[in-house]
Amino acid sequence: MIDFLVHEEGDSVGTIVVEGIKAGGTLTGWVMEQDKTITLKTLDDIPIGHKIALKELGNGDTVIKYGVDIGRTIAPIKKGGYLHVHNVKTKRW
Amino acid sequence: MISKDTSILGYRRENGRVGVRNHVIILPVDDISNAAAEAVANNIKGTMALPHPYGRLQFGKDLDLFFRTLIGTGSNPNVAAVVVIGIEEGWTKLIVDGIAKTGKPVLGYSIEQHGDHDTIRRASQGARELVQWASEKQRETCSLSELWVSTKCGESDTTSGCGSNPTVGNAFDKLYAAGCTLVFGETTELTGGEHLVAARCRTPAVKEQFMAMFNRYQEVINRHKTSDLSDSQPTKGNIAGGLTTIEEKALGNIQKIGKKCVVDGVLDMAETPTGPGLWFMDSSSAAAEMVTLCAASGYVVHFFPTGQGNIIGNPILPVIKIGANPRTVRTMSEHIDVDTSGLLQRQMNLDQAGDKLLESLLRTANGRLTAAEALGHREFVLTRLYESA
Repeated sequence: MIDFLVHEEGDSVGTIVVEGIKAGGTLTGWVMEQDKTITLKTLDDIPIGHKIALKELGNGDTVIKYGVDIGRTIAPIKKGGYLHVHNVKTKRW
Repeated sequence: MISKDTSILGYRRENGRVGVRNHVIILPVDDISNAAAEAVANNIKGTMALPHPYGRLQFGKDLDLFFRTLIGTGSNPNVAAVVVIGIEEGWTKLIVDGIAKTGKPVLGYSIEQHGDHDTIRRASQGARELVQWASEKQRETCSLSELWVSTKCGESDTTSGCGSNPTVGNAFDKLYAAGCTLVFGETTELTGGEHLVAARCRTPAVKEQFMAMFNRYQEVINRHKTSDLSDSQPTKGNIAGGLTTIEEKALGNIQKIGKKCVVDGVLDMAETPTGPGLWFMDSSSAAAEMVTLCAASGYVVHFFPTGQGNIIGNPILPVIKIGANPRTVRTMSEHIDVDTSGLLQRQMNLDQAGDKLLESLLRTANGRLTAAEALGHREFVLTRLYESA
């Protein structure tokens, strides 16, 4: 069972692709570009389609997805933490 | 699944274009004429009215776009014949003449000095003749390469970027190799990934034209915005689905142009391409607006990958909905044509997903109704550039 997807190695985030992910669970992730699996413990409940941090991020750090800059954090985020509009913002507008 | 030799059964129109539907439409020039158009479509079964709220006191580039969109809609190869109804003669004739350039039958009626009842009577007579004529049109063998296919994603979430959009990209790569004419757009939705699209442009001239369109739209956003747009772009639906920033949405969006397609040229809103290949159309990211522009430009089938479940269709352009979100496919199944949620569980690979979509394309082209068509979704939404005079 795949719990989250990562586009490529080096991304800071994975995307949850199953429902019912609860804090404390150990998740299996599929890194699509390199076609390999990884495991990660989640610190939070994360809804399907939402993101989990694959590494620790400081306040103001760049978030990488698809190998590309997709925004900046506005708070520190732990590895395995829930990442979304409450702690990440666009750099563009 | 497909090659340059693949064929479909389509309608060969007078101007040589191939359509996959055979609509007879009653096209109002303006909001005033909606009532008469709907009455005619009710009188004459097998015709379809396209009511809309505009067509009065528009001017300048906004008016040019309006005419281009209405004429383009009537000219689309999925349309066999058109009845145009307007309040006055001048603009009615302009639209009739524009559509008539395709060689298809088109009739025009104006309401001034006649009134609704007499207009409905005359236009119903014309519509009846046209629909009986159109009903004898037969499909014939045409090349797949003659199909023009458009794409736009909607109600995106993170499964769009992982699943449904790359599926379109895989299919687009294959259709591009087969010689089809393709289009993508949604200018602001490329924000954060515009350099990736620019790098895919065939020539420096095309790249320059693309960047000019992108920058113009950015300037519109910057001039009018009152926030960081985190309510509008991404939308609340996008955010509920897990998309956090416009950059993230853009990267997911760009998956739709695959890995091999080259951007061969750019189009203004509702402008018709001049050759095969992949075109970028400067366009709104609002779903029905963009699909309406694609139909006006001449595209005959549309790939619409969705995350949270977009449900729009179009009166004349069959919209194929592709979904990779297992929750959406389960809870909104009547709206989804192609289920690629297996991608997210590694149960299918991208090639298989792309082929599944191409199979749906062939069946749709050959006559199978899409979910949106069967459900009666006929959103016809005109893009406006500014206020009326």
